[in-house]
Amino acid sequence: MKKQKTKNEFLYFALRNNKLRIGLIVVLFFLVLAVVGPMLTDHTPRAYVGPAAQPPSSEYWFGTTTFGQDVFTQFVYGLYPVFLVGIVGGGLGTLIGMLVGFTAGYRGGIVDEFLNVVTNVVLVIPAFALLLIIAAYLTVRGVLVESIFIGFTAWPWAARAIRSQTFSLSSRDFVDLARLSGMKPRKIIFTEIAPNMMSYLVMTFILQFGGAILIAATLDFIGLGPTTGISLGMMMQYAVLWGALPLGMWWWFIPPGAAIAAIVGALYVMNVGLDEVFNPKLREM
Amino acid sequence: MLTFFLAVTIDWMIPRFMPGDPISNMLSRAALKGNAAEVLYTYYAHAFQLDLPVWQQYLNFWNALFHGDLGISTYLFPTPVTKVLMDAVPYDLFLLIPAILLSWFAGNKFGAFAARTKRLDNTVLPLGYILTATPYMWLGILLAWVFGIVLGVFPISGAYSYTMAPHLSWIFIGSVLKHWFLPFASLFLVFFGGWAIGMRNMIIYELETDYSHYLEALGAPRKLVRKYAFRNAILPQITGLALQLGVIVAGALVTEVVFSYPGIGYLILAAIQNQDYFLVQGCFLFIIIGVLLANFAIDIAYVLVDPRTRRGMTGETT
Repeated sequence: MKKQKTKNEFLYFALRNNKLRIGLIVVLFFLVLAVVGPMLTDHTPRAYVGPAAQPPSSEYWFGTTTFGQDVFTQFVYGLYPVFLVGIVGGGLGTLIGMLVGFTAGYRGGIVDEFLNVVTNVVLVIPAFALLLIIAAYLTVRGVLVESIFIGFTAWPWAARAIRSQTFSLSSRDFVDLARLSGMKPRKIIFTEIAPNMMSYLVMTFILQFGGAILIAATLDFIGLGPTTGISLGMMMQYAVLWGALPLGMWWWFIPPGAAIAAIVGALYVMNVGLDEVFNPKLREM
Repeated sequence: MLTFFLAVTIDWMIPRFMPGDPISNMLSRAALKGNAAEVLYTYYAHAFQLDLPVWQQYLNFWNALFHGDLGISTYLFPTPVTKVLMDAVPYDLFLLIPAILLSWFAGNKFGAFAARTKRLDNTVLPLGYILTATPYMWLGILLAWVFGIVLGVFPISGAYSYTMAPHLSWIFIGSVLKHWFLPFASLFLVFFGGWAIGMRNMIIYELETDYSHYLEALGAPRKLVRKYAFRNAILPQITGLALQLGVIVAGALVTEVVFSYPGIGYLILAAIQNQDYFLVQGCFLFIIIGVLLANFAIDIAYVLVDPRTRRGMTGETT
C-alpha cells in the first residue's frame, strides 16, 4: 500500500517535469525512427541507388552521397547501432561500476584500498587512447565488441561515485540493524543499500548511456568502428573522407551529427529532470 | 607512481599481444623478393630486438625508457620516436592549454551567472546541454564548413599554410594563428557547455545550503551570497577538471584528425594505420605522462584554492 503511494508520487512529479518530458520524447522519437525507419526505405545503406551528390528532394529525403547512396537510408540504419552501443556499453559500464563501487564501499579495508587503486589507474589512463589501440589491433570488429570494450573502460567514475554513496549509507542505523540480524552482505547490499540509491543508479546509467554513444561515434569517425554495417559516426567519416566539405554537401554530414547531439543532449536533459523529480530541493519554484 | 608503472606495462603489452606485425608490414611496402625479405626480416627483428624472449623485451623497454629512448619509428624510419613526438607536442600544448583553461574559466563564470536567473536558465541552458552532447568532430566539421567553405575566412587543414616553411615572421605567425583558430574554437565550445552546466548545478546546490539561507535571512545582497556560493562550488569543478582530462584528450585527438592538425592525435592515427609499435607506444605513453602531470598540477591548484587542505598540509588543526 505504501509502496503504491510513493510510486504514484514519483509518477506525478515525473509527468509534470518538462525537462524529463522533452528529453523522453526526443529519445523515443529517435528510437521509433530506428525501428520504423528501415521500413520507410526500400534501399540498403550501401547500395548505389541514384544520381550522385543530389541535395535533399522528395525522392531522396536527405539527398545522396558522392556515390549516389541514399543518405536517409544510411541515417535510419545508422541509428540502430547508436542505441545498441548505448545500452550494452552504458549498461556494462554501470554494472561494473556498481559491482566495484558496492564491494569497495561496503567491505572497506583492504578490499577497498585495492579496488581504489585499480579504479584510479583505469581513471587516469585515457580510456579513449586505450580504445584506439585495442580497436586498431582487432581486424574484425562488430558493434557488440565495440560496445563491450567501451563498457570496460567507462566504469571508473561510476564506481567511484557509487562507492562513496555506499560508504555513507552503510554506516546508517538501518544497515547496522540488518547486519545485526545476520543478513548476508550481498542481501544487505541489494535489499537495503541499492534501493536507497536507486535514483542515483538510474542517473548513472543515463550518463553512461550518453557517454558510450559519444565515444562510439568518435571511434567510428576515426575509422576504428565496426568493420561491417553502417553507423552515424561512419557516415561522418565517409563524408569528410570523400570531400563533402569542399563540395558543400551539407546534407551528408549534418543529419548524423545532429541526431547524436540530439539524443545525447536529450539524455542529459532527462537526467536533470530526474534529478529534480528525485530531489525536491532542486525543483523550480 | 603505481599508476604510472601499470600504465607503462599496459602500454607495452597491448601492441605485443595483438595480431599484426610491424616488420612484415614495413617490408611488404618495400616489395622485396622472397629470399631478400627473409634476410631483412631477421635483420630488422634483431635490430628492433623483437627476437628476444618476452621478459627480456619488457626489461629492455623499461631500461630504454629511463634513458629517454622510445625506440625508432618504423613508419617514419629512421626517425627516433622521441623526436617525432617532440615535433608534434608543441601543437598539442598550443591548442589544448588555452582551450581547457579559457573554457573552464568562462564556463564556470557563465554557469554561475545563469543559475537561478530564470530567463537565462531556460533559454541558454538547453544550448549548453546540446553543446556538451555534440560529438567533437561534428562541431569541428560544422565550423570548418561554415567558416572554411561557406564564408571562406579560415583555412580548414594543417597548422600553417602549405606554401610556407616554419620560420619566425609576422606572416608565418599570422598563418599559424589562423589555422589554430577553428580547432581551438570547436574544442572550446564543447568544453564550455560542460563546465557551464556543471557550475550551474553546483551553484543551485550551494544556494540551498544553510549558510546561503542564513546570509539571505540576514539580508545580505544577492551578489555577496553568490560570491560565497561560487567559491564553494569551484572546488568540485577543479576535481571535475581532473576527472575530465581523459575525455578532453579524446576530444583533442579527433579534432586534430578533422583539421589535419599535426599534433599527437594526428600522429597516433597514422601510427595505428601503419602498425608502428614504437610510435603507438610513444604516443600512448606521452598522453599518460601528460595526463598524470596535469593531475598533479590540478592537485596543487586544489591545495592552493581550498584553505582547508592548505591548513591540513602545514599541520595546523582547527
